[in-house]
Amino acid sequence: MAINKFVQTMADALAGVKDGSTVLLGGFGAVGQPNQLLDGLIEQGAKDLTVAVNNAGSGRVGLARLMELRRVRKLICTFPRSRDPVVFETLYKAGEIELEIVPQGTLAQRIQAAGYGMGAFYTATSVGTPIARGKEHREFDGREMVLEYALKADLALIEAWQADRWGNLTYKDAGRNFNPIMAMAADLTVVQTQHVVELGDLNPEHIITPGIFVDRVLHIPYGDPPIF
Amino acid sequence: MDAATEMKPWSRDKMAAMVADDIPEGWYVNLGIGIPTLVANHVPLDREVIFHSENGVLGMGPAPPEAEINPWLINAGKQYVTLRKGGSYVHHADSFGMIRGGHLDLCCLGAFEVAENGDIANWATSENDTAPAVGGAMDLAAGAKRLWVIMEHTTKDGRSKLVKKCSYPLTAPHAVKRIYTNLGVFDVTAKGFEVRTIVPGLSREDLQARTDAPLYFKD
Repeated sequence: MAINKFVQTMADALAGVKDGSTVLLGGFGAVGQPNQLLDGLIEQGAKDLTVAVNNAGSGRVGLARLMELRRVRKLICTFPRSRDPVVFETLYKAGEIELEIVPQGTLAQRIQAAGYGMGAFYTATSVGTPIARGKEHREFDGREMVLEYALKADLALIEAWQADRWGNLTYKDAGRNFNPIMAMAADLTVVQTQHVVELGDLNPEHIITPGIFVDRVLHIPYGDPPIF
Repeated sequence: MDAATEMKPWSRDKMAAMVADDIPEGWYVNLGIGIPTLVANHVPLDREVIFHSENGVLGMGPAPPEAEINPWLINAGKQYVTLRKGGSYVHHADSFGMIRGGHLDLCCLGAFEVAENGDIANWATSENDTAPAVGGAMDLAAGAKRLWVIMEHTTKDGRSKLVKKCSYPLTAPHAVKRIYTNLGVFDVTAKGFEVRTIVPGLSREDLQARTDAPLYFKD
């Protein structure tokens, strides 16, 4: 049977997501963040989640709403102090959510390492800081480095600009950010795409994420991220 | 004549302009959030300095007029920016590969404190901060070829931000090469802080009095 990664409903897109899953969530602020898939995850009901994402959500929608519903056990994050992070801050102060702060490049590299099948890597980032405390150190070429582990996930939620039925993807401008590496690092990669194109319409030179990294695609032409 | 009474600290814009003047054409540069962002305003587009934004933008241009905002194009501070001719987009691992792999000629960051050995503290004000936020600061401080800091010389209550030893949690040890404050420009050397420039009207003694680490002068 011909390959067709498009699904028709949100329920199909997120079918089988289990409690306790580790979820990679694309986006940098609101740009490139798969908000509709997040709403779908809220609806789907999985709980006790570990979510890795750059920012800790804004207002009371999307990730913030998921946290407010006490569905997120742990947040792996680089910068929880983004615009209007009221839900996260309330939960964090009350000790109701676990936080792992990761330097942004280390987070990206941990995700990429998982996608590349690596177990861990050494980096100079965070050496000499509280974040490196308790971690294995080793010197390479005279430079002290710290061991960081790959971050493999059960689920990645991705926002794309264009997709074909093989799951080949392009992204829009700075909306690319974490999405391509997250697509590679999860057992189940679910994409929401603005545009659907025919197989063969994407220039092979311009495909950023080849379909091998993609499991399901849902067409959600929501338009542009909100302007603040 | 009392020179100190005539002293007028440099504005943030003046500090940013001084940094911009010191950046050679052809450098790849990352600007942190806050005063460093202003540096780009002082580099005209015909001087080809390539600005990098950690969220995967290389060749970032100035903020657009409101009618021309592209909601898909933001910088690290989530502000709307433009892409100049020749600019490119990359994913996050490549973007931080540019940073961590030593490909950036310069990173400019703000800071809470810089120590005379080049230690920088700019992400948390205590060991058990409420929801500490590190972002890309540790990657930038450890990864760029050189790190310059732009900051006020003292805190609002008058404490020196140039110190012998950082009291806040470090962002990176031995990282800072130069500091631009509203009172002067300083190189971090093996001896400690070496003064390059003092704001007009401030004596060496007065500058030292406002600095919590020994200052050295070339002559």
